[in-house]
Amino acid sequence: MRVVTGFRAPLAFTVVALLLLVAAPVMASQPTPWQLNFQDFVTPVGALVDDFHTLLLVVEFGIAIFVFLLLAYTCYRFRAASNPNPSKTTHNTLIEVLWTVIPVVILVIIAVPSFKLLYFMDKAENPDMTIKVTANQWYWDYEYPDQEGLTFSSTMLDAEDAKAAGDPRLLGVDNPLVVPVGQNIQVLVTSNDVMHSFFVPSLAVQIYGISGRANETWMRIDKAGTYYGQCNQICGVNHSFMPIKVIAMEEAEYAQWLLKAKQEFAMDNPSPELKLAAASQ
Amino acid sequence: MSATAAHADDHDHGAPIGFVRRWLYSTNHKDIGTMYIIFGGIGGIVGLLMSIYMRMELQAPGLQYMTDGNVWNVLVTAHGLVMVFFFVMPVVISGFGNWFVPLMIGAPDMAFPRMNNISFWLMPPALILLVLSMFVEGTGGAPGVGAGWTIYPPLSSAPQTGMAMDLAIFSLHLAGASSILGAANFITTVFNMRAPGMTLHRMPLFVWSVLVTAFLLLLAVPVLAGAITMLLTDRNFGTSFFDAAGGGDPVLFLHLFWFFGHPEVYIMILPAFGIVSQIVSTFSRKPVFGYLGMAYAMVAIGFVGFIVWAHHMYTVGLDVDTRAYFTAATMVIAVPTGVKIFSWIATMWGGSISFKLPMMWSLALIILFTIGGVTGVVLSNAGIDMTLHNTYFVIGHFHYVLSMGALFGIFAGIYFWFPKMTGYHYSEKLGNLHFWLTFIGVNLTFFPMHFSGLAGMPRRYIDYPDAFEGWNYVSSIGSYVSGIASIVFLFLVWEAFSAKRKAEDNPWGEGADTLEWTVSSPPPFHTFNEQPKFN
Repeated sequence: MRVVTGFRAPLAFTVVALLLLVAAPVMASQPTPWQLNFQDFVTPVGALVDDFHTLLLVVEFGIAIFVFLLLAYTCYRFRAASNPNPSKTTHNTLIEVLWTVIPVVILVIIAVPSFKLLYFMDKAENPDMTIKVTANQWYWDYEYPDQEGLTFSSTMLDAEDAKAAGDPRLLGVDNPLVVPVGQNIQVLVTSNDVMHSFFVPSLAVQIYGISGRANETWMRIDKAGTYYGQCNQICGVNHSFMPIKVIAMEEAEYAQWLLKAKQEFAMDNPSPELKLAAASQ
Repeated sequence: MSATAAHADDHDHGAPIGFVRRWLYSTNHKDIGTMYIIFGGIGGIVGLLMSIYMRMELQAPGLQYMTDGNVWNVLVTAHGLVMVFFFVMPVVISGFGNWFVPLMIGAPDMAFPRMNNISFWLMPPALILLVLSMFVEGTGGAPGVGAGWTIYPPLSSAPQTGMAMDLAIFSLHLAGASSILGAANFITTVFNMRAPGMTLHRMPLFVWSVLVTAFLLLLAVPVLAGAITMLLTDRNFGTSFFDAAGGGDPVLFLHLFWFFGHPEVYIMILPAFGIVSQIVSTFSRKPVFGYLGMAYAMVAIGFVGFIVWAHHMYTVGLDVDTRAYFTAATMVIAVPTGVKIFSWIATMWGGSISFKLPMMWSLALIILFTIGGVTGVVLSNAGIDMTLHNTYFVIGHFHYVLSMGALFGIFAGIYFWFPKMTGYHYSEKLGNLHFWLTFIGVNLTFFPMHFSGLAGMPRRYIDYPDAFEGWNYVSSIGSYVSGIASIVFLFLVWEAFSAKRKAEDNPWGEGADTLEWTVSSPPPFHTFNEQPKFN
């Protein structure tokens, strides 16, 4: 054990680094420079993802550091200079059983919260509303089936417009998806052409849009705000340029938005003039 | 593994004279192995140049060098296909396998030498077809296949005027046929041509790894062949296997592709495991710890590799119970992989370790593969993967197991067997420089990708939101360092051939106890005139 104390300083450093990594204050609804960990989650699923990932980080770093230290110690202790005569040991039943059983135990410890999260995130129990997302090359259609089929398209703003609108470059859109806070929202995703993936990191939501299928996921946004995501399945030349912008509003504000949106998007395909008007508001 | 091997003759009797007869008509396992390694090396350089070009583009936000997303998508696709089918597989399985499986089991050659010839000569046309596809009209009217190496329909099956995707499909057909023939050859060789006394349970672990890999190839590649053939008929002959409008389902292609694709990643890493086992034992001067456990861990990895494919598809709308099953099955792989890691360390424990270059690459592989392994455990959980799928976290993970697993295994093998294959010693100094530059380069490139991925950066993006700039810049610098390392390696090879420092039969001492070290360096054209026998 005496030799191991030599590793205490780097070990302590690594543990501190690990803790910093877990607790890094990178809370944002959009990526930030030099970010190390997840974006700040605002859904109950996201909270579980975060907790579970913290457990995984401890396990990951624990295993990696253990293997690294063991390897380093072995290399040091049994280098040719200090151990010129190798042993011929090739078996040790106890240790072979141990290094099979202990990983199994660790995996079981991981599996319990993993399954809990998986089944929790699958579907909303009693959805308060539904939103249908249809992916296209290279924009999104959002439909509110509960609101007389309110439908509109969401296309990326170019760099100048995004700047004017206060959105980050490549993340701003003309018509964001607007949802109320605190409601269980069923999200149905499909595609009109090739595969796309509806991915909003801070909501812990990702599901493919595939023609001929309606894939289901859900979200409940607990904090009003703006959340950005991007298409996450290669879909052609403009794959990098079909962002998702979700605005979560308080109930009253959302009701107001609905009224306005129903007028604005009275036709399924708003005329260029209407789109222009919407953009200028 | 003590062997009383017969010594082979030193002179190259029987080698055909003339370039065409020696190489084009070759039925000699060592010559074919050499051609595979050179061919794979060319593929590796092409793939590396593509990756450096991509990292140049990603070094800063905005479009730097490329005109639009089509160029990007084509490069992403070609980089993946080239690295998998035209670098790692030719070098690690066909190259080292051809060279050393017959030598290690005391066989004079492969079981089917002419089939071996056609296996190799299917590869250059396959590469030519793939390269051609980059210059023929494809996705979106632009040249090349821009659908990612996974070629998911409908993007890959959409009606297009050009034939880029068809050429890529034919390329994979040829490469696949080559792999299947090679696999049949390896299986027959290992089962039928072992020297007397060399039972299955006394074979070197590298031979075990090639045997398991050959079975994976034989079972997985035909599934890919079927899938891409259906894709071909969807594209050209009006079928609709993968077209929802005609009653098909794009997700069917994903199932077929990943039923091949997941074993494929083990096909790339298992021979590297075998190489590392040989090296760790050699340079610790100690037999492999838990030999049977090591051999059957590879069998277990191979078997489980076939029943975990849908962990690549957690986000396509699979039933939640299905996802739960694939989560559990995927995590199981960590157990035999852990057995391998710990057995390597146990092999070193009590040994007398010398840190020659092959050992350095192997130690680096053990460390870096462990990192790729633990991030794999993270991704195996469907709940987490819904947020990490297709992000740079995944790119980081699989480059840790491939670019640091398979690649480091390849270099470990090259530095281990270079004196045997060429008869010359390489420069230790240049080798060390190459090792450390590569080690720093790949870590600098791929470790930051975990951070970008957690922050939500999607893969296959030519341009990213400005916040991702920092880590992308670091990654790009890392890829340049790896590029410089590769130049050092090419220089090392040239230097070794021009300095002509003769290598002895066994440059590694008593730890190197497998049969290939009993023949001269380089081995004679025909090895084992007298059949070696094992006690």
